[in-house]
Amino acid sequence: MRIEIEVNGHRHALDVDPAQSLLSVLRDDLGLTGTKYGCGEGQCGACTVLLGQTAVHACMTPVSAGVGSAVTTIEGLERNGRLHPLQQAFIDEGALQCGYCTPGMIMAGVALLRTSPSPSPNEIARALQGNICRCGTHSRIVSAVQRAAAAAPGGAQVDTGREEGRT
Amino acid sequence: MSPQREHDGAGRRQFLKTLGGGLLVVLVTRNAFAAPSFGLPNLATNAGSADPLPEEVDAWLHIDGSGAVTVYTGKVEFGQGIRTSLAQEVAEELRVPLSSIEMLMGDTALTPFDLGTFGSRSTPQMGTQLRKAAATARERLVALAAERWHVDAARLTAAAGRVTDPRAHRSFGYGELPAGRRLTEKVRDDVVLTPAAQWSVAGRSASRVGARDIVTGRHQFTSDIRLPGMLHGRVLRPTSIGATLSTLDADAASAMPHVVVVHDGDFAGVVAPSSRAAARALDAMRAAWTPAPGEPPSSRDIFEYLKRAPAHEPGAEHEGPPGGDDPFVRGNAAAALETAEHRVTHSYTVAYIAHVPLEPRAAVAQWTRDTAGDALSIWTGTQRPFAVRDQLASAFSLPTQRVRVIVPDTGSGYGGKHTGEAAVEAARLAKQVGRPVQLVWTREEEFRWAYFRPAGVIDVDAGVRNDGTITAWMFDNYNSGPAGIRPMYSIAHQQVTFHPSASPLRQGSYRALAATANHFARETHVSELAHVIGMDPVSLRLKNIDDPRLRAVVQAAAERFGWGSAPLPSGRGAGIGCGFEKGGYVCTCAEVAVDRATGGVRIVRAVTAFDCGAIVNPDGLRNQIAGALIQGIGGALFEAIDFDHGVIRNASLTDYRVPRFDDVPAVDVVLVDRKDQPSMGAGEAPIMVLAPAVSAAIFGATGVWPRALPMARGGFPGASLQDPR
Repeated sequence: MRIEIEVNGHRHALDVDPAQSLLSVLRDDLGLTGTKYGCGEGQCGACTVLLGQTAVHACMTPVSAGVGSAVTTIEGLERNGRLHPLQQAFIDEGALQCGYCTPGMIMAGVALLRTSPSPSPNEIARALQGNICRCGTHSRIVSAVQRAAAAAPGGAQVDTGREEGRT
Repeated sequence: MSPQREHDGAGRRQFLKTLGGGLLVVLVTRNAFAAPSFGLPNLATNAGSADPLPEEVDAWLHIDGSGAVTVYTGKVEFGQGIRTSLAQEVAEELRVPLSSIEMLMGDTALTPFDLGTFGSRSTPQMGTQLRKAAATARERLVALAAERWHVDAARLTAAAGRVTDPRAHRSFGYGELPAGRRLTEKVRDDVVLTPAAQWSVAGRSASRVGARDIVTGRHQFTSDIRLPGMLHGRVLRPTSIGATLSTLDADAASAMPHVVVVHDGDFAGVVAPSSRAAARALDAMRAAWTPAPGEPPSSRDIFEYLKRAPAHEPGAEHEGPPGGDDPFVRGNAAAALETAEHRVTHSYTVAYIAHVPLEPRAAVAQWTRDTAGDALSIWTGTQRPFAVRDQLASAFSLPTQRVRVIVPDTGSGYGGKHTGEAAVEAARLAKQVGRPVQLVWTREEEFRWAYFRPAGVIDVDAGVRNDGTITAWMFDNYNSGPAGIRPMYSIAHQQVTFHPSASPLRQGSYRALAATANHFARETHVSELAHVIGMDPVSLRLKNIDDPRLRAVVQAAAERFGWGSAPLPSGRGAGIGCGFEKGGYVCTCAEVAVDRATGGVRIVRAVTAFDCGAIVNPDGLRNQIAGALIQGIGGALFEAIDFDHGVIRNASLTDYRVPRFDDVPAVDVVLVDRKDQPSMGAGEAPIMVLAPAVSAAIFGATGVWPRALPMARGGFPGASLQDPR
């Protein structure tokens, strides 16, 4: 079945089963491998992407749910070679070890910052509860979200790429 | 030297010749190259000449005509940060900026042989080797400049990638000094290394190399690789451990467009154009499996089983740690126990746990053919690339030099990725279809078909005097392993024995191996000895520890924690554990809160003091220590594999709980930087003593000693029994 979705500001027309997971479409059809497979059961958060402004587990989200709303993946955060404040904060805080959970953590953090521009550590921990970091970098991840919030007073707003970068 | 290794040497020699001009420094640790043609000290040759190159090389480093430095090491990056810290050590000795160094790691065609990345060896061994290589390079470059200028080398300095003659106000960039020639230098074992107290690049926090690629999603883990023409594979799994394939109906799968079914004995799999097509084809296969004979033990009766199933029984298949059964004996523990002023005897258990690396096992296999026959390239996340290369060579009857294993920086392993299952499977599938095949294990496969941290039973029988002196120590570990088994206390009478068992589940390495289990049993027991004689557990430890470095971390942790400074409220408790393993001295103090109604245990805060000698990257070290502690929470409180009838019953992240944000306490790390001591590894020791600190803290909160790992799965069972106050 033909499905049209918009990812990181680019429109894609695909011939896929609408029940197919968004994760599989991103990774296998669109080559966007920054979004990771970790469990396939919505438990680890490695596949977190934004659907509109909301963080979702792409492994549990049918691609059809993406129709009509903008999908943002980790590849869609950078703007003209400039990192999103939260990406930069992950580097500055050393908030990664193996880095496999990092894209999902960042996407979940970006979603939080959009609704809560200066979250408390408890709020951050609650928002990231669905994301697993096996290396135990949790405290630094919380600090990175706080640092990004401080770097962008009034909220780390990020456009979804609708205006720029469309092909 | 084995014939295989000679072939490898030949392959790498070929590669080295492609490096072009510049300075190549090689480290030869074996005496195979004590040949006169490779004599010390100078091996400078002209480009193009047939200079002798070593085959038994452990590391090498190349500086090209532009001054760019490439370090070749068989170690791999799994999140522990050695891509950064090893580069810091090279930058330090070579006197170049960190950014001018590229680390080429874990590629069996390009890097020297390496046993593997485990056992906290990268820093003490590879780090030291690379420092020697870099220092040798620097001295050779200074000597080259001295020759060019006809001056005494002693008046020259090396800094910022240049050799400078301060008196004459002139300098050469490192890349200019070989002047187009290719020079080869053997690492001098007696080269003088920069003392840690004088470090300026090492010893300071450095940001993670490659972090930008991680935060942008650009880094390609194995499962992110997309080769031209690549197909996707899946493998059919048995219904229970050890089951054999009796019938297979693959007609429906074979009939699917572009699907190839691979079936050879008990191995069956599918290859398809996409991973979801492969999954559909796998679902369409109908198979009947014959379970392994006999009734294997279950997680309910595993501990009795392990004590009565020694590994050396006929027919036992033991995959656990080697050795065992020969006790370590000092004095006469049995007699000393009989006469002990106080005697405490208990049995402790530890469950099987899974590593749960967030990146499941994955591999990409590509077969090629030339006049010399078949060759196989594999990308896979393994901690032992050369062992996996040998495994593949053996599986496909290839000479090792026809197999290349490349390890992309990997989504963690914790000791769980020593093997090459996915690599062999991907290669089998790819061989049949004649195109590259990617195989990514599902989370369920990772739970069911990888290997586990061994389960075990540890019996401890100890005697203590009223003054706190531990007088007797009898310690018997069944199956969990011998790492960290001997007490670091000065006990006159000891008998310590590891008894390997015939494990019903596949078991293997896990971060710190059995040191976590042995420290849990030992340190919980020592805390109980203190309780029995009414002595402060910190004081009792200090009374029995001679090693000043271990004493120092105990004191540092207790002080930062504020040990004993204020009474805790009801339902709270504090505990301590300390130990020594793989060159690291560690002490953790923890405070817990126990919900007496539900038995829920929350670790409120933890302090870890750690000494691993001279610190290379303080920021990276803090990350490793806090990370180990947090990972340790899972094994301490709630992780356990459930199994019966040869089936893993909690093979998902819904059913197998790992630490999440709300499990994480306030963690305080105290680094004890011993610049006068060699740098040791830090990936493992910091995980060992969280569990005993927590067990003693739970006792403090409830009056009941936990003696089983995990301690509070579904709540600590002793929570409501009594109130200690």
